[in-house]
Amino acid sequence: MLRPRIIPCLLIRGGGLVKTVGFGPGKYVGDPLNAVRIFNEKEVDELTVLDIDATVEKREPNYALIRDIASECRMPLCYGGGVTKVEEFQRIVSLGVEKVAISASAVSNPGLVSKAAETVGAQSVVVVMDVKKDAGGYTLRTHNGTRTTDLEPAGFSSRMQELGAGEIVVNSIDRDGEMKGYDLELVARVRAATSLPLTILGGAGSIDDIASLVRSYGIIGAAAGSLFVFKGVYRAVLINYPGPVQKDGIIAASHGRNRE
Amino acid sequence: MTTIVNYGLGNVRAIANIYHRLGIPARLATTADELAGAERVILPGVGAFDWAMTRLNESGMRGTLNDLVLRDRRPVLGICVGMQMMARGSDEGKLEGLGWINGQVKRFDESTFTSDTRLPHMGWNDVVPKHADGLFNGLESPARFYFLHSYYFAPDMCDDVLASTEYGGPFASSVRRGNVWGVQFHPEKSHAWGIRLLQNFASL
Repeated sequence: MLRPRIIPCLLIRGGGLVKTVGFGPGKYVGDPLNAVRIFNEKEVDELTVLDIDATVEKREPNYALIRDIASECRMPLCYGGGVTKVEEFQRIVSLGVEKVAISASAVSNPGLVSKAAETVGAQSVVVVMDVKKDAGGYTLRTHNGTRTTDLEPAGFSSRMQELGAGEIVVNSIDRDGEMKGYDLELVARVRAATSLPLTILGGAGSIDDIASLVRSYGIIGAAAGSLFVFKGVYRAVLINYPGPVQKDGIIAASHGRNRE
Repeated sequence: MTTIVNYGLGNVRAIANIYHRLGIPARLATTADELAGAERVILPGVGAFDWAMTRLNESGMRGTLNDLVLRDRRPVLGICVGMQMMARGSDEGKLEGLGWINGQVKRFDESTFTSDTRLPHMGWNDVVPKHADGLFNGLESPARFYFLHSYYFAPDMCDDVLASTEYGGPFASSVRRGNVWGVQFHPEKSHAWGIRLLQNFASL
């Protein structure tokens, strides 16, 4: 049967990998290609790589880096950052990337989702929602959380599905780097609004956090940054990932769970 | 020598890298001249059906590919949309397929789905081969591979199904007719299982 996906999410800034807290400046955690090689050895389910400066700096994706990462990856790869045109989707897929993610351009130009799906296929079009919670509820933000919108995540995800997206990534700005667990209330809202595959990012601090997401929602993508690049209370950089036995334990949680 | 058809879709470099690490000769073909005379061919693919067919038609390699597969009976492996292109056509598009295996590419029927079976079918799923030799030689059953698709290959003849996978019911995750093989999953992105399958194809 189909298994839940456990996904390391790497953030690129200035050619290196960083890990942020609350979408802040971030701590340097190493070289992207070196990290990919280690994740190959650990046989990760999927890998997500986000260039978090491309949109803010108004530049195109770094194709040379994407090609190097894609040819090194022995697992499926999702790339996001700075993608604004259909041709860029096509070029990134031609470099060997399975999925291309957009966030700011899905907000500013929703038609891009449909146009991209017509050529690269819906399965390769991923929409990332950076979500912030405040007194008024949940809303989407763009440009590393600096620009507000009045878009609400449930309605937006259902609109993205109608336009032809293939996956929704729900990224909690409030939980980013906090390592205190996913925002399950946010997950519940989005999951009820769309029948697309979901991947949840922001807040995983332990394998138990992933297991509890899987226990609640079964087949879902559980993504994490800090959890897979830091070890211990001092957040020492150490790339890690659950081994096959530990992973089977998490996946066992998805069977026989209480179905909604 | 295994030749990978490089028509701008699919992870040709990842496939080539796997062969290089295994010490198995492999190369990319971008033109009909480079493809001509290939002993064994891989047709990869990521994308919508019509887009993939258009890119293959525009590559100028379609005629040579047909000759290699239909006339010279060279082994060919289609991956993901590369496998779907081997059908007569697809519900996803309007263009004609290569027609190497009788069958049609269909969309999963969402009316049979539960809240756990979402489209696209995305992630690692079990693949149960009908024969433990050939392409699946040395792989445990079920073997585990990475899938990313909303459409599947429905062969006219049951005999052409080489492996099946459950997703809201069984579907053909691998097909075979003579020298033509296809896999719906991505062996180039499926760790040890995929490496073994690609190695098996190179020794067919």
